[in-house]
Amino acid sequence: MLADALAGGFDTPATQSAHAFRSVMEAMARPGAIQGIQGGAPPAPLSVAAGTVLLTLCDTDTPIYLAGKADHSDVRAWLAFHTGAPLTGPSHAMFAIGDWDALMPLSSYPIGTSEYPDRSTTLIVECAELEANGTTLRGPGINSKAMLSLPETRAFQDNRALFPLGLDFIFTCGDRLAALPRSTVVSRSHGEAAPAQGAF
Amino acid sequence: MTDQAYNFAYLDEQTKRMIRRAILKGLAIPGYQVPFASREMPMPYGWGTGGVQVSAAILTPDDTFKVIDQGADDTTNAVSIRSFFERTAGVATTTATSAASVIQTRHRIPEEPLTEDQILVYQVPIPEPLRFLEPRESETRKMHSLEEYGLMHVKLYEDISRHGHIATSYAYPVKVEERYVMDPSPIPKFDNPKLGDMAAIQLFGAGREQRIYALPPYTQVVSLDFEDHPFEATKADQVCGLCGATDSYLDEVIVDDAGGRLFCCSDTDYCTARRAQGHQGPAFLDSEAVA
Ligand SMILES: [Zn+2]
Repeated sequence: MLADALAGGFDTPATQSAHAFRSVMEAMARPGAIQGIQGGAPPAPLSVAAGTVLLTLCDTDTPIYLAGKADHSDVRAWLAFHTGAPLTGPSHAMFAIGDWDALMPLSSYPIGTSEYPDRSTTLIVECAELEANGTTLRGPGINSKAMLSLPETRAFQDNRALFPLGLDFIFTCGDRLAALPRSTVVSRSHGEAAPAQGAF
Repeated sequence: MTDQAYNFAYLDEQTKRMIRRAILKGLAIPGYQVPFASREMPMPYGWGTGGVQVSAAILTPDDTFKVIDQGADDTTNAVSIRSFFERTAGVATTTATSAASVIQTRHRIPEEPLTEDQILVYQVPIPEPLRFLEPRESETRKMHSLEEYGLMHVKLYEDISRHGHIATSYAYPVKVEERYVMDPSPIPKFDNPKLGDMAAIQLFGAGREQRIYALPPYTQVVSLDFEDHPFEATKADQVCGLCGATDSYLDEVIVDDAGGRLFCCSDTDYCTARRAQGHQGPAFLDSEAVA
């Protein structure tokens, strides 16, 4: 409904987006650090965190790919009204949003060019859980090491191997988020079983 | 109170979103210069419009903002940028390094170590460290993409053969995470060791050149050097005449009509705080001795 699409934006866009951006920036600057974020009230199935990130960063200059369940008519109407962002497929997306499985395969997103590595997709991954455990993170932004519950390990190792090209990730869960830029070195934590050979 | 004639922090929301996206990509690719569409600001380019635009994109009304120019809070430039954000963003301001959540700087890193709760924003005149070797942007971009940094080393080595040491003392180039060579802005090379492993986020904005780049906290930053000529973070071999500090970067200032000179901390907040704690430099001891 139109009325629903009109609701759920920022009440005071300038200050709410400023606060929300600081959460996103802290997350991207400190991979694995979980930040609270609020301000947006997007329609289901988007989380508050994912909706607020989109309100904060997206506009008519940022093509968005809605993957899987995120590609819902309510979401499309809400984004159109509040951001004006054009919808696109993965190969032209500046932002992509959806569940991890729905966002696959990662090979379909732009990873930037050697002269403009910034021209790559930022993926907003909706997660059922977001905790400081599971996978070990090292690299810029991290004092020694951090832990984050990532949906898997291998995909992020492959992405790191592309550096300085690559994708950047924001993981959203309720009103919290964490980020994993391409610079982060990801390793399976001690004690976690390695996948059986030939599983793929 | 913000002045309602302006947008919050002066810039319109679309411009802030564009700058914010550039900042995020800068943080994701430490040391890489992200292009952005710089806006006209109500101040000349030489006044740090790149830093001002970055500050405008990150400030919230809850911030406490400090501006330093060559280490001092009270220059015309610093005062005018500070009052600009008081007026347009309603932020509190301070001169105390430890009380600030966002510090915009030109030419210095504060002496007091910064914390995880702080952000340092640099005003950058020339973001391209390879510019003096190659004026064409298309070529320097290619050199960065291919990690073609040999010429940069040659230039530093020419310094050594000419002067016996590397003569570059400001904007001394660094390599970030073993990938991008970066210009740290015209800070003295004394400040270079503070760039790496810093707890605070560091953001760099070049207005005229339309570039934003970043160092996330705890990033590896190495000043370029040679095995036989290792990097040295040099400063004047003096103590501060006012507070007696031996560990701070010093400026030489003329103090009287007779051309009398005094070395004192370039970081005025650092110096003021030390004197408030009772530290006294030789300038006072001398005058007491005379009296
Ligand atoms: Zn002093």
